[in-house]
Amino acid sequence: QLAVPVAVVFAPGSVPGDLPRPLPFRDVQEMEISVNLRTTVTSRYETVYRSTTAQEEAALEAATAGEADAALHLLQDASLGSLTLYVVPENSSLLPQGISVYVGKHRSALVRAEGNLAALRIRLQQLTQVMSFTASSITAALSDRVPDGQLGPDARRHLKSSLGTDVLNPDPKSHAVEWDIEDAVNRYVQPVLDKLSLVANFSVDSQILYYAVLGVTPRFDKESSSFLLSAHSLPHVINPVEARLGSSAASLYPVLNFLLYVPERSHSPLYIQDKDGASVNTNAFHSPRWGGIMVYNVEAPASPQASLPLHVDVDMVRVMEVFLAQLRLLFGLSREELPPEFLLESPGNEGLADWELDRLLWAHTVENIATVSTTLTSLAQLLDKIGNIVIKDDVASEVYRAVASAQKAMAELAAGHLHSAFQASKDAVTSSERAFFDPSLLHLLYFPDDQKFAIYIPLFLPMAVPILLSLAKIVREARQRKKEPTKMD
Amino acid sequence: SHIVLMLADDMACNPRNPKPATVFSHKNMELNVYGDDVEVDYRSYEVTVENFLRVLTGRIPPSTPRSKRLLSDDRSNILIYMTGHGGNGFLKFQDSEEITNVELADAFEQMWQKRRYNELLFIIDTCQGASMYERFYSPNIMALASSQVGEDSLSHQPDLGIGVHLMDRYTFYVLEFLEEIHPASQTNMNDLFQVCPKSLCVSTPGHRTDLFQRDPQNVLITDFFGSVRKVEITTETISLDRDVAGFESKLPKDELATEPLKYAEQLPVAQIIHQKPKQKDWHPPGGFILGLWALIIMVFFKTYGIKHMKHIF
Repeated sequence: QLAVPVAVVFAPGSVPGDLPRPLPFRDVQEMEISVNLRTTVTSRYETVYRSTTAQEEAALEAATAGEADAALHLLQDASLGSLTLYVVPENSSLLPQGISVYVGKHRSALVRAEGNLAALRIRLQQLTQVMSFTASSITAALSDRVPDGQLGPDARRHLKSSLGTDVLNPDPKSHAVEWDIEDAVNRYVQPVLDKLSLVANFSVDSQILYYAVLGVTPRFDKESSSFLLSAHSLPHVINPVEARLGSSAASLYPVLNFLLYVPERSHSPLYIQDKDGASVNTNAFHSPRWGGIMVYNVEAPASPQASLPLHVDVDMVRVMEVFLAQLRLLFGLSREELPPEFLLESPGNEGLADWELDRLLWAHTVENIATVSTTLTSLAQLLDKIGNIVIKDDVASEVYRAVASAQKAMAELAAGHLHSAFQASKDAVTSSERAFFDPSLLHLLYFPDDQKFAIYIPLFLPMAVPILLSLAKIVREARQRKKEPTKMD
Repeated sequence: SHIVLMLADDMACNPRNPKPATVFSHKNMELNVYGDDVEVDYRSYEVTVENFLRVLTGRIPPSTPRSKRLLSDDRSNILIYMTGHGGNGFLKFQDSEEITNVELADAFEQMWQKRRYNELLFIIDTCQGASMYERFYSPNIMALASSQVGEDSLSHQPDLGIGVHLMDRYTFYVLEFLEEIHPASQTNMNDLFQVCPKSLCVSTPGHRTDLFQRDPQNVLITDFFGSVRKVEITTETISLDRDVAGFESKLPKDELATEPLKYAEQLPVAQIIHQKPKQKDWHPPGGFILGLWALIIMVFFKTYGIKHMKHIF
């Protein structure tokens, strides 16, 4: 059961006429999402309707929606998972023409009043679903438990990852590439990683690889006098390069690789073409669960007599814009299709808005709880099958901890505390994985009956024959002796 | 890269090999299968049934390096190829151990429970190889074997210079088939099933596809060989504010003088040589055997009389 605390705040002049009760009042809406025959998820939207306070009114006097959002954020105490929706009058100038919903960077949104409550409710429900979770996102998160062949999104879901950023320079004689990666990571990448630090821990590595070529030869296109890589040759680029990345030495955790390829002078400029033959403006592509590659073209020098190697200072902002966009996609934070009257505030340097983080957290929490139950069930089935596995004490305590954390996570979800629910689910997953993958649980004890007979019979049968015969003889002699004394008497 | 290779590895550098560090597939010495890019992860005595099952199920001690692990997730396609001596329901490891088809099926089921594979292709080249895939019960597994139950798999041709057979027939023809595949190839699994008919292989290769959800006609060879990944063009970018001041690095500057590092003491060789070998199997304690023989001798002499003792001693 998932509970979302929502607050709907009416600015003066926007209150619809047909409210069932005077403000402030509470309302609860429940929706059932049926994942499969045995699993349903209930979502409760606990809505509080109230009118604005004086400070909020002052904030809503701002000139643009962006400033209003920033001012309102300071006034809220929005915890993870909660939403605040402000309803402004229909003729308000905060929202531009034609836009009726503005979604901010944090956890609030501005909605233009609709006139009557029913239409407003529909609009609000649409908005809450965008900002928290939809039926499809929950079903996709639980897709592992729905074994019907449908593939869910390819997002990475590990708790600790390494980001490897690399420059591939196949032609160091012509280009001497310098990139200030440390500064770029501090400025642009670290804020995004800090925002995502709830979801996963990251470490960032970087290297420059020389004489590393793409495995594919680009075609020369006479019309644009440039080299082109077509979309269907892109899948073959990654494997030859990956062997040289050395990611196995870097860390034990899953690695996301971001490569910047500076084409050789003889192959410059190099553009990537999509399936329709149009060139891609980012000049980059990515592979789910692996990372991304961007091609960085160096301008040919003005005078042909320029001394080689050319000094190349990589424009880190352009590169980081693409890398961070790829990172978002690899994490499953894609922009869903929204109706045209919605306006989304760009999250700026932080990379993702608070409510996008909430969406990730809802999906991850549900998925974690499902994973824990599957893991522990299969562990129990393993123990049923192989009777003589020994469970050590620490494995048992991990199992208990996993169960307790999973129950806590479900309780917190039903209460609407997303942060503690996510933490509890993370603990549950870690404990259950540690219990399941404990090295001591290996079962090498399968002995088919015919092999048991085949081994032990040749060993014991010849020994047993004289023993059994002798025992029989002893028993017969003892019986005879018992009879004789009676005879003698 | 993503290949875990377990090899007894005693042939390429064997003193009998006239061309050291090479293993050819045919006596014409055209294809060196032990080339530069072969990385052996588990060699000689590390190739045990236990290590193999640990790699498959993921129950590895935490000190194992990354290259020795199977880092697969629910979107990975896994190819498992096993070859050696085998029989009805087992495969021999290193002349001392066997892995049975039931253990293998259970290991695959545990992999499925933890979603460690999306699809799995299992190829086995041993005598009576089809018996090894009889017991599989997890979904999404396709299996090929070089011979049916009751048949032997034969080797290809001997190289009289070395004195051994270089490769098995099924492996040789599969290798020949795969050498023609390039990353963009559209060949499907049905072609792989046709490799090495009875006229070439003398044994009848078998395959099992009932656990596999897709039709083998639609499964490309490159789904399992060649590591061809799915890619998407990146069409979105985010907009970054160029003038954002960077964070000062949050780590405090390390101002303590660190002592110069030196190598740790290497383990003395003499200690290693005289180390007792680790007891691996449980043997019955000596007392049991002694007790058994004492019992036998007692019963013998009780039955037949003590006068026979002097004939023994």
